[in-house]
Amino acid sequence: MNLTLYVWRQKNAAGKGRMVRYEARDINAHMSFLEMLDVVNEELIAKGEDPIAFDSDCREGICGMCGLMINGKAHGPERGTTVCQLHMRHFKDGDVLYLEPWRSKAFPIVKDLAVDRTALDRIIAAGGYISVATGGAPEARAVAVPKENAELAMDAAACIGCGACVAQCPNASAALFTGAKISHLGLLPQGQPERHRRAISMVIQMSREAFGNCTNIGECEAVCPKQIKLDAIARMHRDYLVAGVTEKQKQQARDDEPVEEPLAGGRR
Amino acid sequence: MELNSKLPSGPIEQAWDKTKFDLKLVNPANKRKYRIIVVGSGLAGASAAAAFGELGYNVHCFCFQDSPRRAHSIAAQGGINAAKNYQNDGDSIFRLFYDTVKGGDFRAREPNVYRLAEISVSIIDQCVAQGVPFAREYGGMLDNRSFGGAQVSRTFYARGQTGQQLLLGAYQALERQVATGQVAMFSRHEMLDLVLVAGKARGIVTRDLVTGKIECWAADAVVLATGGYGNVFFLSTNAKGCNTTAIWRAHRRGALFANPCFTQIHPTCIPVSGDYQSKLTLMSESLRNDGRIWVPLKKDDTRPPRQIPEQERDYFLERKYPSFGNLVPRDVASRNAKAVCDEGRGVGPGGYGVYLDLEDAIHRLGRSVIEERYGNLCEMYERITGEDPYRVPMRIYPASHYTMGGLWVDYNLMSTIPGLFVLGEANFSDHGANRLGASALMQGLADGYFIIPYTIGDYLAGTKLEKIDAGHPAFREVENEVRCNVKRLLDIKGTRSVDSFHRELGKLVWERCGMSRTADGLRHALEVIPEMREAYWRDVRVTGAEGEFNQQLEKAGRVADFFELAELMCLDALERNESCGGHFREEYQTPEGEALRNDDEYSYVAAWEFRGAGDAPALHKEPLTFNYVHPSQRSYK
Repeated sequence: MNLTLYVWRQKNAAGKGRMVRYEARDINAHMSFLEMLDVVNEELIAKGEDPIAFDSDCREGICGMCGLMINGKAHGPERGTTVCQLHMRHFKDGDVLYLEPWRSKAFPIVKDLAVDRTALDRIIAAGGYISVATGGAPEARAVAVPKENAELAMDAAACIGCGACVAQCPNASAALFTGAKISHLGLLPQGQPERHRRAISMVIQMSREAFGNCTNIGECEAVCPKQIKLDAIARMHRDYLVAGVTEKQKQQARDDEPVEEPLAGGRR
Repeated sequence: MELNSKLPSGPIEQAWDKTKFDLKLVNPANKRKYRIIVVGSGLAGASAAAAFGELGYNVHCFCFQDSPRRAHSIAAQGGINAAKNYQNDGDSIFRLFYDTVKGGDFRAREPNVYRLAEISVSIIDQCVAQGVPFAREYGGMLDNRSFGGAQVSRTFYARGQTGQQLLLGAYQALERQVATGQVAMFSRHEMLDLVLVAGKARGIVTRDLVTGKIECWAADAVVLATGGYGNVFFLSTNAKGCNTTAIWRAHRRGALFANPCFTQIHPTCIPVSGDYQSKLTLMSESLRNDGRIWVPLKKDDTRPPRQIPEQERDYFLERKYPSFGNLVPRDVASRNAKAVCDEGRGVGPGGYGVYLDLEDAIHRLGRSVIEERYGNLCEMYERITGEDPYRVPMRIYPASHYTMGGLWVDYNLMSTIPGLFVLGEANFSDHGANRLGASALMQGLADGYFIIPYTIGDYLAGTKLEKIDAGHPAFREVENEVRCNVKRLLDIKGTRSVDSFHRELGKLVWERCGMSRTADGLRHALEVIPEMREAYWRDVRVTGAEGEFNQQLEKAGRVADFFELAELMCLDALERNESCGGHFREEYQTPEGEALRNDDEYSYVAAWEFRGAGDAPALHKEPLTFNYVHPSQRSYK
C-alpha cells in the first residue's frame, strides 16, 4: 500500500517545527508502524536527507519508549496497543496520516517525534516507591496479600510510563500515570506506612512539572496501551484528600514540601 | 596473563559467608568520599546504583534510554527462580545450584552458581518488600510455577511481566536515591570509552545523545551493567538499542572477554515476515506445555495447515524425543526446528517457521482453559501476525535471545582491569554454556543488590587510589580518541545506511555462528567479516552532525563495535572443538544428534585478550573443576 505522511519535523527543543509531507511507498501490511517509518527513513538516508527521529527500544510494547500521535490519537487507532505493536494492516492504501510528537508543556521536544519525559521520572522520585533498604526485608511470606488486592495492584503497576495519557488529555494531565503508581503501592500492605505522604508528594510534584489538572474527561484511559482504569485517579484523589484532612500530615507535608501554586497545564 | 578467579576454598555451602567476612569494609563516614560510576540501569545496574546510594556512596548512573525504566530487563516475561521451596516439592539451594550447573552444560564455576542459588532467596524477600506485585494464591501466599522443564515449581512471576515489575522495583529504589541526591542519574547518555589511570579503571567518556556533547567523568570505580550483545545478529529479541559498545570498549582497554560464542537461541519466537523486519518477538515457551510442534511430512507442501491430514504431518520433537516430546530444552528444540526447515519442510513466508498447534489442547481442555493459560500470548500473536491462533496453528522459529558470554570477572565480579566491575548479562559468570529459563532476572538482581555492594567495598578499602578529576591527562587522551572516532564515522559519507551493513553482518553471523556451527562455516565468516568491516569504514553513510540528537550516529558507533565482536565470536566458536549448551558444532555430536562435550580438553573458560586492532587476540584459559556436580551427558530421549 501507499500512504501519505505529514510528519512534525523540529530540529531541537528551541527550533521551530513544521509539518513535512512524505510518501511511504510499497508498505507491507505485516510491518509494524515503526518498521514503516524505518522504511521511510532508509529512503531519506539514500537521498542524503535527515531521517525522522523517533524513540523506540523494545518494540514489543513493554518498555514505554515509543509513542506518537497518529491523526490526533496517541499510539494510533488500535486500543490497548503501543505504536510499535500497531501493524500496517490496520491502515489502507491511500490513507493520509498526520504524525506528531506527544504535545505537553511538561514534555519538551528533543527532535521531531522524540520528547523529553523526565518529568515522569521526577514524579516517581517524589515518592513513587516503598522505602526499604537492600537487605532489610522480612521473609517474603510474612505478610499475606489478598489475591484481589494483588491483582488490582498489578493492573495499576502495568503502566509503562509512555506518556500517552498526558498527550491525549486536553489538560495535559499526568493524573493517570501518577494515580497508577499511587494505586499500585497503596493497594499493598507494604505500601501503607507511606501511603498518604506519597500521595501528597507525588501530586505536588505533578503540579510543579506543569502538567494540567484532571477534569475527569477519560481520554487517558481510552488511549492507555496497558488499559489502566480511571479508578487509579479516583484512588489518587482519595489518598490525597485523606492525607490533606489529617492535620498532622498536612503540617508535615508543609514542612517537607513547600507548596507552590499549581501551574496551569496546557498545550503548545 | 595469570587469571586469578579468587574462588573461595572450603565447603561450598559456607564459601560466600566466609568471603563476605573476609572482604574489607569501608568505614560509613568514608563512603561519601568515594564516587562510583554505574553504566546501565537494568536489573543489575539499577539495583547496584540503588544499593550503593543506600550505603552512602556517591553514584553517577548512566543509561542511553530516555529513562532508566526502559532498560531491556523490562521485557522478560516468564519469571524469576528462587529456592524458597514454598511448594514443598523438594526444592533447595543445592537443587537450584545443581540444575543451573547441569543446565549450563558444565561450563560455569561451581562456587559462583552456588552463591547465586543461595542469594535467590533474599531477592524475593527484597522485591516483595518493595511492592513487586507477584502472583498470589487465594490465601494471600505467593504463587509459583514450574518453568522451562524444571522438576520443581520455583518460579515467581507477575503475570507475563515479571521483568517489568522487578525492574520497576529497582528503578523506584534508584529514584528514591536520586531524590536524596546520593545518585545522579544521566539518561540519554551513552558510554563511548573507559579511562584508565595507573592501570585502574577511573572513569568513562560519554556522549550526551541530545546535544552531542562529549564529556569525561572521573570516579574511584566503574561498574558496567550494560546487558548482552545479542543484537550482533541484527534480528534478535533484544531491544533495538541493546549493544556491546560499553563492554567492547572496556575489552579494547584490557578487560578479557570470556566465552563470546556462548549465545542462546530461544525456540518460540514469531518468524521473520519480510526484509523490513526490525526485531523478533519472543513468546513464552510455556506454550510448549500444551502446543504440539509439527511440519508437513513432504517438502514444499503449501496446503493450509488445517488441510494437511494427521498422517501427513511430522511431529518431529515427539517422534525423536518420545519421553520429553515438545518440552525438550531450548537448544534441542531450536536445532530440530532449523533442521526440518533446512530440509525444505518449513512453513510460512520464506520457509523458516514450524507450526505450534493448540488444536489438540483445545479439544482436550476446552477453549476457555487455553484462553486462561495463554490468552495474552495468543492476543500478542494475533496482533503481530493477524492470524487467530485458536483457529490456525501459530508459526514459530528460533531467535537469538540471550548471551551467556561477556566480560571475564572474578568471584568478586571484577574484570581483569582493577576497579572495573561487570554485572548481569554483561559478564560471563554464572550460566555456563546455556542459561536456564527464569535465571537471568535472578542473576541481575543477585549481582546488583547482594554481591557488588560487598565486593566493591573490599576493592575501595584495599586499594590506594590517587586523587584525580576529569581534568587528568588520561581523560584528555581518551576523549580525543572518542572525538576522532565520531568524526571519522561522520566523514565517510558513503553510500549505504548503517542498518544495511548491520543486517548483512547479522545474517552472516546468524548463518555461520548461530544455532549450529561448523569449522568451515566459521573459517568462511572469519574471512568475510574483515572485508565487510573494511567496506563499512569505507562506505557507510551517517547522516546529520555531531552536535545534535543523531540516531544514525548512535547506531553507527554500535555497529562498528559489533563488527569486531562478531569476529571474536567466530574465533571462539572455531577454537572450541566440542559442542556444549548453546554452542553446537556439527562435527561434535552423539549418534542421536545431541551436543557432545569434550571435558578432557575443553573444560575451561576461554578468556580473550585484545592485542590491537587487526592483531590476533590471545587466548587465556581458566580451568573449571567440578567437586559437587559431576559432568554427565544430557539425554532427552
